Parts: sequence; C-alpha cells; structure tokens
Amino acid sequence: MTEKTTVEVPFMEVNSELCKGCQLCLAVCPKSVIAISDKLNSASYHPAYYTGSDCTGCGLCFYACPEPAAIRVVKP
Amino acid sequence: MKVYEKSSAFFPVFERKTGPAQEASHYCPGCGHGNIHKMITEAMEDLNLTERSVFVSPVGCSVFGYYYFNCGNFQAAHGRAPAVATAVKRTNPEAIVISYQGDGDLAAIGTAETIHAANRGENICVFFVNNAIYGMTGGQMAPTTMIGQRSTTTPLGRITETHGNPIKMAEMLSTLPAPTYIERVAIGNSKQIMKARKAIRKALKNQSEGKGYSFVEILSVCPTGWKMDPVAARDWLMEDMVKVFPLGVYKDETDNVDNGAWDRTFAPYEPEKVNVYLDQLKSQVGDTQEVKLPYDLQCKFAGFGGQGILTLGLFLSQIGMRGGQEVSWFPAYGPEMRGGTANCSVNVSATRIGTPLVDHPNVLVVMNQPSLEAFEHEVVDGGTIIVDTTVIEGRPDADRLNVVLIPASDIADEVGTPKVANVVILGALAAATDAFSMEFCQDTLRRVIKKKSLVDMNMEAFRRGYEHVKNGG
Amino acid sequence: MARQFMKGNDAIIVGALAAGCRAYYGYPITPASEIAHAAALHFPALGGVFIQAESEVSAINMVYGTSGMGVRTMTASSSPGFSLKQEGLSYCAGAELPCVVVNIDRGGPGLGNIAPEQADYFQVTKGGGHGNYRLIALAPNGAQEMCDLTMLAFEMADKYRNPACIMADGITGQMMEVVDIPEAKPLAIDHSSWAVEGNAETRNNLVSSIVLDPHDLEDHNHKLDRKYQEIMANEVMYEEYKTDDADLVVVAYGVVSRIVYSTVDAARKAGLKVGLLRPITIWPFPTKVISEMADRVDHFLAVELSTGQMIEDVQLAVEGRAPVHFYGRCGGVVPGGEELEAEYSKILEGGAKS
Repeated sequence: MTEKTTVEVPFMEVNSELCKGCQLCLAVCPKSVIAISDKLNSASYHPAYYTGSDCTGCGLCFYACPEPAAIRVVKP
Repeated sequence: MKVYEKSSAFFPVFERKTGPAQEASHYCPGCGHGNIHKMITEAMEDLNLTERSVFVSPVGCSVFGYYYFNCGNFQAAHGRAPAVATAVKRTNPEAIVISYQGDGDLAAIGTAETIHAANRGENICVFFVNNAIYGMTGGQMAPTTMIGQRSTTTPLGRITETHGNPIKMAEMLSTLPAPTYIERVAIGNSKQIMKARKAIRKALKNQSEGKGYSFVEILSVCPTGWKMDPVAARDWLMEDMVKVFPLGVYKDETDNVDNGAWDRTFAPYEPEKVNVYLDQLKSQVGDTQEVKLPYDLQCKFAGFGGQGILTLGLFLSQIGMRGGQEVSWFPAYGPEMRGGTANCSVNVSATRIGTPLVDHPNVLVVMNQPSLEAFEHEVVDGGTIIVDTTVIEGRPDADRLNVVLIPASDIADEVGTPKVANVVILGALAAATDAFSMEFCQDTLRRVIKKKSLVDMNMEAFRRGYEHVKNGG
Repeated sequence: MARQFMKGNDAIIVGALAAGCRAYYGYPITPASEIAHAAALHFPALGGVFIQAESEVSAINMVYGTSGMGVRTMTASSSPGFSLKQEGLSYCAGAELPCVVVNIDRGGPGLGNIAPEQADYFQVTKGGGHGNYRLIALAPNGAQEMCDLTMLAFEMADKYRNPACIMADGITGQMMEVVDIPEAKPLAIDHSSWAVEGNAETRNNLVSSIVLDPHDLEDHNHKLDRKYQEIMANEVMYEEYKTDDADLVVVAYGVVSRIVYSTVDAARKAGLKVGLLRPITIWPFPTKVISEMADRVDHFLAVELSTGQMIEDVQLAVEGRAPVHFYGRCGGVVPGGEELEAEYSKILEGGAKS
C-alpha cells in the first residue's frame, strides 16, 4: 500500500496476513496505539492492527517486529 | 518524510522459500533472526553495498538466509562460514562478505574457524546471533546456554560440572590483536535494538572502508526453544541473559585504523604472466647434450644425515638430465631424515624408468659403516661400491664387486671443508662408471650450484675424486 | 621446452599454476607438505591466494568459497587430513563446485605412519563423505603426470562441475623426475550462471547443497548421477603394457604400476606371459577394458599397497570369468620386483590357478 496523496499525519500499518501475532510491537509502542485482532489470519495468528490515531511515526514497532514486511510506518 | 519499511536488500518475494506465504519469513513468531535480518538489510541498502554483498548462511535456523538477502548467497557447512567467507573475500576483495552464524555454529562446531578468521584479521563482518540454545535441531544445549537453563539435552538445567560454563565469544576474541571492532549488543527492547542497528552498520562500514574484521555478537531470543511467549522471551533476555553476557564494546580500533589498512589484493589469472613466471622455474642445466651411457645406472647412496647424501643424488640426477637421460631420485623420507641415516635411490637410464626404488644397485655409495653393512649384499654381482675410507673401516668383498676405496672426507677437508665429500664421491663415481666426463659434470655443477662462491671448491673436490679413481686410487 | 628436475609434489603446483589455479588452501602433513611449501612460494608471487588454514576442515571449506566464485582453487593433504576433508568434499559435490583436491596417500588407519600406501582407494573412489556423489579420481605414477594430471583434473572439474582428486602415494609425491613445464593457456569458461562473485552480475546466484523437498533432492541426485554416468562413459583413462598376448594381466596404479612395469620384461624372459594394465583414472575405473580381457586372459592379479581395495573393482569387471588374485603390501612396505615375479610364477605355474 503506497500513499496516494500527501500524508499529513504519521501512521503505522500492519499486513495482517504476514503478522504472526507475537505482540512485540504492542510492547514497544510508546503510545499504545497497536492492538491485537480478535480475528485469525489465514496462518491462524491473531494479527496486530493500528487502532487508528496518535501514532507518532517513531518506527520502534517496525524494528521490534521480526517480520520483514509485516509493519510499515510513515512519518511525514 | 521517513518511511520505515522492508529494505530493498530483501528479496521482494521470498521465492526460494518453499511452501505458501512467500512474503513471510520461515521464522517462528517473536524470533530474533527477523529483527537482525532487517537491521542488516537496512544497513546494506543505506551504505549502498547490496549489489556486491555476499551473504554466507550457517547451519541452524538461519540456514535459509538465502531466502531473504537480495545479494550473492553461499550456504556453508555447519561452523564453516568464516572459512567460506575468508575465501570469498580473498578471492574478491571488493565483495562485502557477511558471515552470519548462530551460537552452535560459531561457538561450538566452528570455534576454530571463528577464532582464526578473527586472528587473521579477515576484512569481513561476522554477525553472531546468540540465543543460548539450538533452535532448529530441537532446543538442545548451546555453548552459550546459561547455567540452570533447561534444554532438551540439559533437561534438569545446565550445570558447570557436567557441561562447562556458557562461552563468551566477544570477550575471547577481544584478546586477539587483529580484530578491529568487537561489540556485544542485544534486541530485548527498543533501546537495545537501536544500539544493535548502529553496531551492524558500523561493522559493514568498516569492511567497506577496508578497516578489517568486525564482530557483532547479538543477544537474541528463541521463544520456541525457550518455551516462552515472545514478550516474555525479550524480558528474559533483558533481565537474565545480559547478566551473563554483558553488553558493550569489547574492542574498537575503528578510529585508529586507516582506510584500506586491511585491504588485500587478488590478481585474476593471466596466462602470459604465469608463463613468464613458470619459465623462471626451469632448470639451469641448459640444453640437453646427449650422452651415451655404457650402462643404465641404478644407484643407492647411503650415509649419515648431514653428509650430503641426498645432494649427491640430486647432482648426479641433474648431470643425467643434462645428458638427455631418464632420471629419477627417491629419498628414504621421514623421521630418519632428521638425524640418523639418510639414503636415496637414483636411476639414470636411456629408457623409461620403471620402479624408482633401487633394491639392487649396480652403484652403491656408502659414507658410514652401518650403510656398508646394510647394503653391500644388495649390490648386483660385478656392481661398483664406493667407500669413504676416512669414516669406514670395513672393506667390501672385492671378489664379487668393483670396489672403489677413497678417503673422500679427508680429501674434502684438504680442499676446504668436509662438506664437499659428497662431490669428491661424485667425481669418483663418474670416473668409476665411465658414465660422464669430468668436463661435462663440472660444467653441469657450475650451472646448478646456487652459491657461486662455493663453485670453485666443488670443482676441485670433483677433480680430486675423479682423478683419484683414474689414477688407480 | 623448459624443463626442471622436481619432486612430484612440486610438479602438482606447477600444473596447478599452469591450469590457472589462483587460490591454495592447505594444512601441513607429511608426506604432502611440499605441495603447500610450493604453493606458499608461488601463489602469492603471482598475485593469488595462499592460506595455511587452521585445519583441513577449514581448508576444504575455503576451497568451497573460492570455487563457488568460479575461480580455480585447490587443497592437498595426506590420508588423515584427507579424511577431514570429506565433509567439505560432500558439500562441494552437492553444490556442484569444481575444485581439485590432492591426497598423497600414507599408511593408516589412524595416524598410521608417513610411508606410502594406497589404502585410501575406497575413500577416494567410492565417495568418502556422506551422500550420493563421486570424485573424479586420477592416479599419476610419476612427476610429469603429477603436473599433467593436475591440469587435467582442473579441466574435468570444470567440465563436470565436480571435485576432482589426484590420488598419489608417498613415493610419487617424494620422488624427483624431469618435468616438462607446461604452458598456461587462456581459459574460456563461463561461470556466470551459477558462481557468486560478489558483483551485480552474479547477485542472484546461490551456492548451496541444501534441497529441502525430498522429490527435489531426488531429482538433484539423479542429475548428479547422470553426470557420473557421463563421466564413466567418456573419461576413463588407462595404460596397457604387453597385455595383448598376456596370460596374466597385472592391474596396478600409482607407484605400484612402476614396480610392476619393471617386472614385466624380466618375467617374460623367464617364460611368464605377463602384461600390465594401469588405471590412470581410478574413478571412473577402466571396467570395460578389463571386462573385454576377461574372456581371453587366464588370470588377473591386483597388486596394491593395501590389503585389497581396487581388487573389488577388478572383480566387478571380470564378473567371475577368470580368477582374480591379489598381492598387497601395506603399512608402508613396498613390494620388490622379485616377490612379484615369484607371485606371477606361482599363479601361472598352477599353484594358485583355480
């Protein structure tokens, strides 16, 4: 997913199919804006998701995430 | 704008990975390898090194490094990654070579490779992932497993008396003079991860600048092997592992090492240069001057080590070579050549030589009493035996053999040094066998004796031996 | 032509240089150390690599590294050290890497001694390491062949992308003979489809012996096996001496073939119709020529510096159509001509005839 228009606020996004539900991103998020889904993904993990606001774009969740492509963070 | 996302140094899709989900890694949830892969790819991309990077995967969970790193890849045998990486770097010093290894690979089965690559100061990066357990093979004890830690081979916990202590590689390697940079980092929390990023980046930068060997030990986690959830595993790493494996810089000469100080060169194959070089290796005897031998020489030369027995054989061989003959020289080799007795077999033949071993010589030279006793009976009937009478009291059977008695060591001493007794003997041999003329032999010796200051003495030694026989002893 | 009087061990390095070998990795061991000495002198002088590795295991894995870059490379050792190289050789074969490895065979098993033997025949010709693979194995019997067959080994290794082995005994390594120094020629080998050279062109290549899926690994093994069948069909080398009318064909390689050669004429003078068949490639083994002989030859005799290893390949070729006798010495003891002639006479005069 690439930004179609100019991004004005920071955000993080989780590719729910690549997430393995380890919750390390939740543990490092200073704003606690990441949560775990009730639903299972196709690999039977409960993936993380962005709750939708207050992400500062610090990128800590990106580095805490062991998956190469599960998390993407954009900081304008 | 800053975007944190998968580095281009990763393959876009992990096509080498078998099975479905080729965008996901094969690692377990919460595994540290993924974090470390991300840090390495990020640094490769940022430093613009990806195209010329070679990633050497170990054996262990990261055996599949080649699924992920979008560069040249080697998969190495267990523990051998530093040896493979050494060769890759030496063969292409422009390549950026990464040896990525787990604790079993690096600190158990590959300890020797690890230490010696470091000790040679190979200009490579070693990323050592220490998670205190064997992951892939099923949670067995690692060399870095902590005291009390349970594993499938330490079901009651590791105890020092049975298993030894966890091994500290960063500390050990930092005692070596060659390595440029050694640091232990961890990935327990964000602060540690940011330090680890910097360390990995520094190691790669060092290599790209020719600054030598960099070793980054990364304390990592194995939630599966540790039987912990991923968050608890990170906590255990931060609380417990760091007490046994203190974080920090163990060695850093980065600022004291010049750029390029550890660069090595490699020249590709150029046939013309090789031919010029090989030509220098050719014999100095020069062109063949065909000699007709009265009979093929099957010689055995025997004496004490240090008497020049083997050199006597070499001289005769080179004379034979120049004379257009087939020649072979074979020394009795091994412990006996270091003191004690020495002997060699020499064939000089007009036709193809079969066995290089001379069991029944037609020319025997003996330069000590034991050799006379050992080999006289092996000489064929009518064969020639040359005896240095300065050092040998016994006398061969003159009815059966052509006996040449010569006080070779005394003559040599008169000429200048007993060391040329072998050349006195050579002169006697040439005369007694009528195989080669004095001029031919002396001319050959002049060409092959490397120390030119010794040539005259050798010429004289040869003449004395030759004339001793020609003048009837 | 430029010539030099040199040791068989030194001739190996001359051949390697002329073949374009650029990197030597080794570890000292008698009676192979001269090979490392010569490499240490000559490889750096020509801008190549010489590393005295920390072990034989490391040395062969360094070979794996350089070979995986498409650059000619080698290592050399003697029996105990050659045993240590088996892991790496299996990986090289699995990853289809061309390289040359030399074994100057000494007395075994265990530490044994430093005297000549041929008791590594099984190890060299039947695999040695784990898995389905073969080494191309050449058995020189003199200094010139140490040079020439080393060059050939590099060519065959590249042609088939497989390790090639020079198997010689301690005598062939230690003895000196006149060697015609060969000419180095340009190489035209394109490795770009598989070698990892640390550059943009070869960035997508992978050097690996891991094949996870059983069916894929079976396919890989079959691919290797087709290669081995091709080598067996095309690369057999041997030498015959007076086998045409022989009643007894002696099969011997390496230095033993030299000893046997010396006995053939003497035996014939004594009325014993003896001939020599010398395998130059011990793998692929000259099965076909022996098989063809089996219908017209009364007896075969395998002579080896072992308690009987190559004899099994002779027996497989003969398939029971003629008696295959054995005469071996080992531990570093080398047979003399007389004891061999006595053996011929015993066989041909009925004593051992079946």
